[in-house]
Amino acid sequence: MIGAAGRSALALGVPASVVGTLLWLRVALTGGSARSARLAKLARVARVASWVTFGAACGAAGLLEACLLRHDFGVRYVAENGGRGVPVYYTVTSMWAAQDGSLLLWLLILTVYGLLLARSAAARTSGGAAPAHPWAMVVVGVVTVFFFALSTFAANPFESVHPMPTGGPGPNPLLRSHAAMGVHPPLLYAGYVGMVVPFAYGVAALITGESGRGWLHTTRRWMLLSWSLLTAGIALGAWWSYAVLGWGGYWSWDPVENASLLPWLTATALLHVAMVRRGHGLPGWAVALATATFVLVLAGTFLTRSGAVASVHAFARSPVGPTLLGFVLLIATGVAALAAWRGQLLSPATLRSGVTARDTLLLAGVVSLVTLAAVVLTGTLFPLLSQALTGQRSSVDTAYFDRTAVPIALATMVLAGSAMATSRRDDAVSTVAGRLVTPTAVALAAVAAVGISVRSGPMTLAAFGVAAFVLAGVCRCRLAARTSPVDSHGRVTRPSRRALPRPVSSRWVRPLHRSAPPTPPPAPRPARYAGLLAHAGVAVVAVGVAASSSYTSADERQILAGQVITVHGVTARLSGVDRHGDAHGMAVTARLRLRRGEHDLGTIRPRLRYFPDRDMTVSLPAIRTRLTSDVYATVTGVAEDGANATVRLAVNPLVGLVWLGGGLITLGGLLALGRRAATRRAAATEDRHEADTGSAVPDRSTLSGV
Amino acid sequence: MSVDPLRRRRRGALCLGAAGVAALGLLVVSGLRGTLVYYRTPSEVLDDRPSSTDRMRLGGTVVPGSLQILDGTGTRLRFRITDGRRDVMVEQRGAAPPGTFAAGRDAVVEGVLDADGVFESDTVMVKHSNEYRPAGSSR
Repeated sequence: MIGAAGRSALALGVPASVVGTLLWLRVALTGGSARSARLAKLARVARVASWVTFGAACGAAGLLEACLLRHDFGVRYVAENGGRGVPVYYTVTSMWAAQDGSLLLWLLILTVYGLLLARSAAARTSGGAAPAHPWAMVVVGVVTVFFFALSTFAANPFESVHPMPTGGPGPNPLLRSHAAMGVHPPLLYAGYVGMVVPFAYGVAALITGESGRGWLHTTRRWMLLSWSLLTAGIALGAWWSYAVLGWGGYWSWDPVENASLLPWLTATALLHVAMVRRGHGLPGWAVALATATFVLVLAGTFLTRSGAVASVHAFARSPVGPTLLGFVLLIATGVAALAAWRGQLLSPATLRSGVTARDTLLLAGVVSLVTLAAVVLTGTLFPLLSQALTGQRSSVDTAYFDRTAVPIALATMVLAGSAMATSRRDDAVSTVAGRLVTPTAVALAAVAAVGISVRSGPMTLAAFGVAAFVLAGVCRCRLAARTSPVDSHGRVTRPSRRALPRPVSSRWVRPLHRSAPPTPPPAPRPARYAGLLAHAGVAVVAVGVAASSSYTSADERQILAGQVITVHGVTARLSGVDRHGDAHGMAVTARLRLRRGEHDLGTIRPRLRYFPDRDMTVSLPAIRTRLTSDVYATVTGVAEDGANATVRLAVNPLVGLVWLGGGLITLGGLLALGRRAATRRAAATEDRHEADTGSAVPDRSTLSGV
Repeated sequence: MSVDPLRRRRRGALCLGAAGVAALGLLVVSGLRGTLVYYRTPSEVLDDRPSSTDRMRLGGTVVPGSLQILDGTGTRLRFRITDGRRDVMVEQRGAAPPGTFAAGRDAVVEGVLDADGVFESDTVMVKHSNEYRPAGSSR
């Protein structure tokens, strides 16, 4: 009954999204030629279609949840992923525990973005509609139509099952063992799907032939929001992997992990391209990066769903894979064709002089991020390529990524640290170099300190040095901001003491550049730190990753009750083994009493849980988290009589910094997001001043203080 | 006749880009060297010994009744993996994740084949649904 309603909701979505897309196309094509009253009416109808589309997706998702909660095993998705013994929380989250339901979540989020975008124009049309908007809605509409069709025809979760089973196996045990299941996938998807907005506007700019990068300004908040959500999603995913999978790590360069990292890298590059101010700000780069980001999102969705690569996240093979691949190729080809048609818009028409150190470093950083993405993409797709050529299944070892991606990532961070020493105005090279003296000294000191105290590989030392360099740079900006005058952008203008021989800084130079020096109010405080916070977060992650991947010590052995296992000064005594079982499974818990020297650190309880419905045993780690290090214990086997257990004990130093850093980066993104409203007026004032200097981007820097 | 400065700059950018791509290619190729691990079945391994000296992943079904624990700590195991036609003896160092080697279950191990035709494995790939991920990777 509910299943039929769900099928109808999905079936309604296809025509609704098609009609909506056609209506927006009509709005886009009538554009300037029609009277504004008629145009407004058309747009209103199109907006209604967006509401209906959203309603259809919402209805389908809601009905699937209802089926899951009511254990309606006549519905295929529930028969495959529902279970009577599953707690309510994990029943709700099982909507995105398998392919068809997760596609529905994708669709739901997509229609939410579509609706928000449609409505965002409602507020703006009164003040003159941007011609790009209806085209952007068309692009979003096309993507929505595709995903509705995919859900309806290739992956319909509401298909009925005959005869109806009496129960289901429940979701994959790994997906009902940690509360993050309710947060990580929705956040990741929200970040993923949000990348459709900059993509849609980029394509719209190509279609309308709007040169420059006004669209970057329009989509800045969308970009920042999606980017922050994606960052949080990736960080949570790493934490989840650490807390559930029991292998003690958080990142294994798994194809699907890479699939989430790739759009993050290109989106980060896009955010930084938006900050380059000279040379009409590289519109070609911006369009290419926005497109690449969304194509990578689609490719990631394809990788997860095609069964093409071996991964813990991969769902089973299904017709969804090839269809998605076709769509990815179609989008990529379409944008390439558009770009070829509008090619002249993408290259700057005039040669611009006076490239600042800041622009150069920003660009170098963008190139570095894109290179990093290319290297990771190659490693991810190489097995597919190699299989196509040689017919042999293979996989790329993590050593590849350690050798290639890690050095490039460190180089990118050096560029970020250096860019923080520049200011928006032209700075003399010596000024910038002067500001870099302290961070460089701190970095060298950090390398020396770590190198002397712990035996470390060159890459680990480099990571510590680079992180210290960035953090010192952040502190320098922060301290300078407190003790010195700040220019109109909340940017530090005082040259560092070492640069005093040439007291050249933007504050004194600016009047030479401009006939009318603007004096708008300083930016609000929190926003100033957005970029600093994000960069500091990256450095903190780097420290966490370097320390936890280099200095982790672990041991694994079978111990009798009362015996101990010792790792890095931490001793775990097996106090006992408890068994408990109920109708829905069985669990064995090892009680481990931890001590460090004379200090009692308490008891931790790693578990083995058996899920009979799926005939699967999951080893759930027990983690004692402290700022300096985690004690991480897993039990991999227990004797029948409970007399002994095979225990793996690990001490992971500073691993908490990885989550902390992820949180800081996300917070940075959200702070930058809150900035625009507060500074819009100031920015508008400045734009008028900017007009004569030829800057096409009214957008104030995201990474202020950089 | 002077060259248009815009064109000259574009040519410079093109050269720079080409050099960058070449450097990237070199980095990727050198990075990939030795990091490719192939999936093999027992038949492939036994039929084509000479090419089976590298590190590889071996996949198949655990032969029922073949699992032996070699030492008291439970971290050395021996079992046979079959693809239905041929089977290979595997010696596993390091404990395996629970339930991996239940008889008749699919398993994937990673390591090298020694001269006696015994596969020395140090990594067990945990099976989740139909896919695998390495257990105990270093990161």
